[in-house]
Amino acid sequence: MSDTTWRQWLLTERPQSRSQARLGRTYQAWRRLADNRLALLGLTIIIGLLVVAGFADVLATQSPIVGDLREARLLPPSAEHWFGTDDQGRDIYSRVVHGSRLTLFVVILVAVIAAPVGLLIGTVAGYAGGWVDAVLMRITDIFLAFPRLILALAFVAALGPGIENAVIAIAITSWPPYARIARAETLTVRHSDYINAIRLMGASPTRIVARHIMPMCVSSVIVRVTLDMAGIILTAAGLGFLGLGAQPPLPEWGAMIASGRRFVLDQWWVAAAPGMAIFLVSLGFNLLGDGLRDALDPKAGGR
Amino acid sequence: MTAVLSIKELTVSFDGYKAIDRIWFDVFAGQSFGLVGESGSGKSTVLRAICGLAPITDGTISIDGAPVRVPRGKDFHRKVQMVFQDPYGSLHPRHSVDRILSEPLAIHGVRDAERRVLRALDEVGLGNGFRFRYPHQLSGGQRQRVAIARALILEPKILLLDEPTSALDASVQAEVLNLLEEIRRAHKLTFVLVSHDLAVIAHMCDRLMIMRRGQSVELVEASALASGTVGSSYARSLMVASEGFRRGRKPSEVVSDRRHQPQS
Repeated sequence: MSDTTWRQWLLTERPQSRSQARLGRTYQAWRRLADNRLALLGLTIIIGLLVVAGFADVLATQSPIVGDLREARLLPPSAEHWFGTDDQGRDIYSRVVHGSRLTLFVVILVAVIAAPVGLLIGTVAGYAGGWVDAVLMRITDIFLAFPRLILALAFVAALGPGIENAVIAIAITSWPPYARIARAETLTVRHSDYINAIRLMGASPTRIVARHIMPMCVSSVIVRVTLDMAGIILTAAGLGFLGLGAQPPLPEWGAMIASGRRFVLDQWWVAAAPGMAIFLVSLGFNLLGDGLRDALDPKAGGR
Repeated sequence: MTAVLSIKELTVSFDGYKAIDRIWFDVFAGQSFGLVGESGSGKSTVLRAICGLAPITDGTISIDGAPVRVPRGKDFHRKVQMVFQDPYGSLHPRHSVDRILSEPLAIHGVRDAERRVLRALDEVGLGNGFRFRYPHQLSGGQRQRVAIARALILEPKILLLDEPTSALDASVQAEVLNLLEEIRRAHKLTFVLVSHDLAVIAHMCDRLMIMRRGQSVELVEASALASGTVGSSYARSLMVASEGFRRGRKPSEVVSDRRHQPQS
């Protein structure tokens, strides 16, 4: 099939099958996203991060962990060491490349843990109302009242330093905003006629929440998660910077900045390279999140 | 004739405010029963109380002689279904027509879902081509047809219609009303139709109840409505109102008509 017939097939008003209808809808969301140049830039950055993380072994020129302590300490950027070397004589470029895996690991794990928890708590609270709502929302309030980094610090201190514990700590502190968003969205749809209609069909509350209310909340939660990714990366980097996240010799970006802090004025490249990486990836997620907000807006898609 | 739906002394109150005050009526099998009244008269609340969306404060609602349980069971939902007023709000914006129609079948564990969905679409005059569309790809009339198909798919005995045509424009209204009439005859359904439009009620219903401020004003046969022999002055003023604006009526006549109308 040529390009135009494909497009017609996707955009048809009369889809012939379930999958065609779904693909057509996805394609329309993609076109809304693709209209936004900045969102595409963000998407490119994120895809770049995925590629770098996936092919880190191929892309890295040297070992990220073992350095040459005698010959290669704190060398400035050169043809041999693109981003220079650090105080242990390790190639910073290779460390940044390998660090992308840790960043991705943290971001994905936090998203996978925090978003569903927030979504579930928010929709259940919003739909059930009454004392269930009151209890769940007060718990959410308690978590929201703590400064996020401090609470994460407390958890890491209790659980012990390490990247997995950092992930758990960040996840525990980042679900409340999703619960709030999901609850607000649930409150707007729970008395709508289409929810009443499905109640009249005899659907159980579980089914109504899972299959009819959650789909209405998912897109705003996805958008919020994408926008929060930057914050998650920064929190992970912050924990790493304080020595409570990834432990040496893991090439975590925040920890790398922390170790470069001591000679930031003379050997600026040690802290600059991971700093730029954090900045770029955070920017990428923010731009993508902004674009997704427009592309996934149920009001835009619903009309 | 036996009453399929029988309502005795139904009272619905919200925080002490009586939205419905001791309403009585019986609906017989295969009949269309109309509920008429101005906005806020409680006619929609009666429907919502029947299907469980509004609480029953007092009185009983019986289906086939047995009082309904609170909360309603699955067997109730198989017997009684509802079509909502606004087709733009009653279909899930993220679900395709196929999903909207399959969902009730999945809830009730009906097996030949595929065939039932196709038949329901066929019945409301939407072809197979509409099956995988989303609500935003449909017009108001088509949406209301999908909502009717959804209400029919469990093969209920009683259909509650909450102003099914008031959100549609005049030409589509007639189509949808004719469709409902056809379906009622084909399935031997019992209708309870709510409307503020006496013309619609007179066209569709055998008997009707006129409501005002949550109370029943009068139970009327449709024939009495046609011949204009209604008892209460309020019913007469509703009839005059439904004739609408007439060119050339003197202002004094309009004023004298208004004297009968409720102060709201």
